[in-house]
Amino acid sequence: MNRLGHRKHGLWLAFALHRISGVALALFLPIHFYVLSLALNQPERLDGFLRWSEQPMVKAAEFGLVFLLAVHAFGGLRLMALEWLPWTSAQKSLAAAAVAGALFLAGGFLLSAI
Amino acid sequence: MLDIRLYMLQRITALIMAPLTLGHIAVMIYAVQGGLSADEILARTQGSIWWMLFYGTFAIAVALHGAIGLRVVVHEMLGLKGAALSAFTWLVAAGLAALGLYAVMAVTA
Amino acid sequence: MNDTGLAVSNLATATEELSVSVWRGDQSGGRFEQFTVPARQNQTVLDVVAYVQQHIDPTLTYRFACRVGMCGSCAMMVNGEPRWTCRTHVNNATKENRLEIAPLRNLPVIKDLAADMDPFFDKWVGAEGVHHPSRSRHDPIAPIDPTSAHRIEASEGIECINCAVCYAACDTVAANDDYLGPAALQRAWTLYNDAKDDGRAAILEAVSGKGGCHNCHSQGGCSHYCPNELNPMKAIAGLKRATTASFFGRKGNS
Repeated sequence: MNRLGHRKHGLWLAFALHRISGVALALFLPIHFYVLSLALNQPERLDGFLRWSEQPMVKAAEFGLVFLLAVHAFGGLRLMALEWLPWTSAQKSLAAAAVAGALFLAGGFLLSAI
Repeated sequence: MLDIRLYMLQRITALIMAPLTLGHIAVMIYAVQGGLSADEILARTQGSIWWMLFYGTFAIAVALHGAIGLRVVVHEMLGLKGAALSAFTWLVAAGLAALGLYAVMAVTA
Repeated sequence: MNDTGLAVSNLATATEELSVSVWRGDQSGGRFEQFTVPARQNQTVLDVVAYVQQHIDPTLTYRFACRVGMCGSCAMMVNGEPRWTCRTHVNNATKENRLEIAPLRNLPVIKDLAADMDPFFDKWVGAEGVHHPSRSRHDPIAPIDPTSAHRIEASEGIECINCAVCYAACDTVAANDDYLGPAALQRAWTLYNDAKDDGRAAILEAVSGKGGCHNCHSQGGCSHYCPNELNPMKAIAGLKRATTASFFGRKGNS
């Protein structure tokens, strides 16, 4: 059976990106919260973690995380505009703009980090 | 699976988080310059009621938003439904809120 | 196909053949069966299915009626995409001279290419996609202003032929048994905007439940595949807007 057939269009890909980024962020959050809460009782472990995060691979992963956060935010704003504001047919362009905006912010983060 | 009340909660928390997320990204881009340290983070956030409100609101909103989002995903992709689905939703919300608020307290109190 | 048709096609494309993979089976399961049919310059996917049934295997079951895109009976999955087969030219659907034809997705199968449409139409009723009369036969007919905003919204959806292509294209339908689906919700939105319909509150109630419009992820498969180029995704957005306005106590008006 051809499983990808009906999914080869822009807004389906926008949906997939929104879902993947959302699930990834939800899984990342508990780790994020745990690391920050080290500041309360084990600041030296927090510092150790922050030094560990200076590695290029970790910075690349952080670029990915910022991209996922930004693309989920911009994509979500597009969906709420679609649902609540007067209709516009430029949905594919808006979805592409959300990706572009997210790449811009994540790129800004990466340039700032290195 | 998602009635209008959960839908509204999902969208309202999203609207609350839209400016907070952009603010958070701006803080990240600013703070990551020259590397991060626990002292640097705590110097900025500790004892600040504004950061506590900013990130406290963020943590509660993301707990609700994430829980409802995961509810949709586990229903659609894993087939969870009924009371188990509700229990999953509110356990995730409570867990994320507890972890999030604890972390906010850790860096702002 | 009659003799004349065959002769013409043999002259045009004497040697070309088309390999067709047709799903055979029923509720308990099935598999794809291979058929070789003559490739013609002008033929629809429905023509190919009819050729198989008339010339190769008379037990092949499928559904069609008008053959001109009016009745909405003949939709099937063609190379994994939902299509109205009577208006889908084979050349626009084949990949490397291959054609895979299956029953409509997201619906139970009766036999072979005939899907059971009952769940689809049950959901029309579930979405209050039924007429709610505002007047009796003794009253004058309600005047309709074709330029009013509500009428323009309603008119955008009235050409739906109930073919269930949108229903088959929708992954939210596939993942969520309760979801009413794009066609039923578009009908609800059309009636919501119809000056002759008196069921606005009932419609908003029906589309706000656990299978309602709020489950839509705006994937847009419905609008992408609708053979009549309608826009169910926009209609569902309209329902979300109206139910949101109603949620905040405003009289929903658009």
